[in-house]
This record gives sequence, C-alpha cells and structure tokens, in this order.
Amino acid sequence: MATEARPEQPPARASRLGLLWESAIGKKALMAATGVVLFLYVFFHMLGNLQIFMGPGQLDRYARLLHASPQLLWTVRAFLLCALAIHVVAGVQLDLSAREARPVRYQELRSTHSSTASRTMIWSGLLILAFVVYHLLDLTVGVANPGFREGEVYHNVLVTFGRGVGVLAYVVAMVALGFHLWHGVWSLFQSLGLSSRRVTPGLQRFAAAVAVILTLGFSSIPMAVLIGILRP
Amino acid sequence: MRIVLDIWRQRGPRDPGRFVRYEVPDVSEHMSFLEMLDVLNVGLVERGDDPVAFDSDCREGICGMCGFLVNGDPHGPTHHATICQTHMRHFADGDTLRLEPWRAAAFPVIKDLVVDRSAFDRIIAAGGYVTIRTGSAPEANAILVPKTDADRAMEAAACIGCGACVAACPNASAALFTGAKISHLGLLPQGQPERARRAVTMAVQAREEGFGHCTSIGECAAVCPASIQLEVIARMNRDFVKATLTGRDEAAPVAVFPRRGPAGGGG
Repeated sequence: MATEARPEQPPARASRLGLLWESAIGKKALMAATGVVLFLYVFFHMLGNLQIFMGPGQLDRYARLLHASPQLLWTVRAFLLCALAIHVVAGVQLDLSAREARPVRYQELRSTHSSTASRTMIWSGLLILAFVVYHLLDLTVGVANPGFREGEVYHNVLVTFGRGVGVLAYVVAMVALGFHLWHGVWSLFQSLGLSSRRVTPGLQRFAAAVAVILTLGFSSIPMAVLIGILRP
Repeated sequence: MRIVLDIWRQRGPRDPGRFVRYEVPDVSEHMSFLEMLDVLNVGLVERGDDPVAFDSDCREGICGMCGFLVNGDPHGPTHHATICQTHMRHFADGDTLRLEPWRAAAFPVIKDLVVDRSAFDRIIAAGGYVTIRTGSAPEANAILVPKTDADRAMEAAACIGCGACVAACPNASAALFTGAKISHLGLLPQGQPERARRAVTMAVQAREEGFGHCTSIGECAAVCPASIQLEVIARMNRDFVKATLTGRDEAAPVAVFPRRGPAGGGG
C-alpha cells in the first residue's frame, strides 16, 4: 500500500479566518471577499473621477468632501490597504505554489477553451499593483507629478495627462484592470461557491460588462485631455 | 493511412525522458487510437525494442485508465471522449502526432505515457465514503431524493478519475475531480452526515498531494470525457468554506497522507 493512515491532530485554536488562510480554497475565498471590496472601491472611484466632466470646481469640492474627516479617511484607507494586502499576498502565494504543482513543463499544452484574461490574472494583477504605487505617488503624494498642487485635483490630473507617459501608464493599467475584472468578477462567485450552471452565464456577462464599463469610464478622462475636451 | 508519432519515452521514474519519433505505415481509419499503438508495439517487439507503455483497461471510456496528450490535447481532439474512444478517422494521412503523458508533481511518470495516479485514490480514501445503516435491508424507496438532486449527483458520479482535468489545468489542480467526488456524495441524503468533514478532508488531502489551486479557468471541464461541470467546484468551495467557518470539521477525522518515497510509492 502506498498509504498509511494516521490520526489527524485537531487543529490548534487558530481563528476561523486563520484556518481559511491556511488552505488553498480558503485563500481563494478570502481573495474573492477582498476582491469584492476592491471592486466596489474601484467602481465608486470611477464615479468620483467622472465628476471631472462637471468642471474643476465640482471635482475639487468632491476631493475636499473626501478629506473632510481625517479619521474616516484613514480608517477607509487602512481597510482598503488590508484588503489589498490580503488579495495580493494570497494571489502571489497561490501562484508560486501552482508553479510547483507542475515541475516538468509540457512540450505543448493547448489552452483553447479558456480566456486569455483567466490565464493572465497574476500578470494583470501585478501590473495593476505597480500602477497603484505610481498612481499614489503621482496624484496623492505628488512626488511623481511635476506640477503637483495640494488639493487642486483638477490641475494635477491635467498635468499628469499632459504628458504622454502619464496617459500611456494610465490606459495600459486600465486595460489590465479590465482583463482582471473580466475574469475576476465572475470567478469570485465560483470561489465563494455561489455560482452554478444556471447563474454562471449571467455572471460572466455581468463581469464582461463591468470590465468594459470600468475600462472605458476610467480611460475616458485621459482621452478627453488628449483631444482637448478637458483643458486647464 | 500513414501516421508519424512523437512519443515521450521514459524508462523509469528517474530517467529524464525524451521524445522519440516512430512511423506506423498502415493504419486503418477504423482502428481506435490505442489499437494503432498496439500495432506500433507489435512492430517494436518484433524488432526487439521496448514497447511503448500506456495505460488501458476497458477501452470503452468507462474505467478511466487511459489518457495522454495528443498534440497538446488531453485525450486527443475529440470532445467528451477518452483516448480509447477516439478513432483514427479523426486524423489525416501523414499527420504527425505528439504523445505526452499527464504532467503534474502529484502524477509522477512511471514509464513512457503511464503516470502514477494513486494520489486520486488517497483523496477518495480521505473522505469519499458514507456511513451506512447496518442490519436488515431498508425499504428501497424509504429515502426520497429530489429528481434534480439525483440527476446532479449522477452527473458528478460519472467522473472516471482519468486525471485529464489535472493534465489540462495550468495550475495542475485536482479541483474538478475532488469537486465531483464531494458533490456526488454531498447531493444525496446518504452523504449528509460526513458532508462538512468530507469537504475539508478531501480538499486538504488534494493540497497535501501537491495539486495546485483552482482559478476557474475552465480547461478541466472542457476536456473532461465524463462532461463534469465546473459547478461541482463551486459546490466543493461552498461546503469547504462553510465547514471551516462553522467548525463542523473539528471531530478529528482519519486523514490519509502520501508516503514519501520513490515514484510516489507504487500500489
């Protein structure tokens, strides 16, 4: 026999979330839960951004509203940062372990049944992470922005998109975000065990729609700057 | 018809292995794929060469023994069929076909196209059972099962454990197999007593064997000869998360762990 039975020790009194973290399925469930948080954040971020089309006054007023209570602002930031950390660390850990699961590569493996988005989640994810770092340095901290003025969001955005590199980084990252959401938004239902053959086609259509709307919504701003709809 | 084969030849678990080219000159389109390999092997034996090792048993798609990649497709180009059910009429005269074994850390190659899939047996042993009522036989229809549940359970039970799902998965995940086994028991009333514990022990065992995680890519369900649906994985995930969060898995079950040894230990 290739097997031996041994009594399993009852799990140490770790927290229930800790037990989830230790297993692959649990990690995926936590990635799904944090994915929901991050998706909702990104969605409302887009709605906030689109106020740029209502003029500099409106966007700067909205920015002041968000900064009205430093306590609330930092609570939300800490919450989002925790969600991001869990999502990224779990994703990278699982990806590394999957590489160990197939040490000898195939000479040829056809992957014709799956979407490119689904097979490149780790890369679209890392690209988005790199962009988030640049984005915070550019428009929140300001050190990557040559003409940064504290509190003048409209001005800062136009400085960023006045430069080719700013537009390129932004649009590339939003396409990566679209790819990530295209698979992630339906896959999270699978990870939480909420999908079935009845609802999966609908979830996949919803994810595709969400991906397109967010990519176009975010990208509309640099495009508007490029073609001169938005000017200083 | 004439078929050229690039076959993975590996003398044993420790041999590095390589592709070797063979030619089978007179293949009938009525032959099954494995019969074509039988013809090749007869020729190899007559020449005094080592025949190509491949798994097979029933040769009608129900036992789950056969399976390898043909030009990168697990079980070849036909859908919802095993390689033994694939006939040579699906190929053209002069085709070059590359035959490669399932590749996964949990499926070490034993020889040529034969891999050790006892990891699957250990996943079953970890929780793929139900408690039964002993004593006199109960009335056959005493336990009522909703029709849709019976159908879903039957669909999941169609899994023959061939390993194509693992082979096709970029993460070498056994989620479709494990999900099918957890689903077909978890959907029926007889499977309820161990339902929570089963989801945990089988999933943990799959991880212990070195299979990867599921990223909902869907290659597994696409190549599955038994047409197992992706939703069995969702059902497994739901049972697992529920069991972990409610602590219903705590009554220490007997888990089966692989013995570390050469070739993952032979049967």
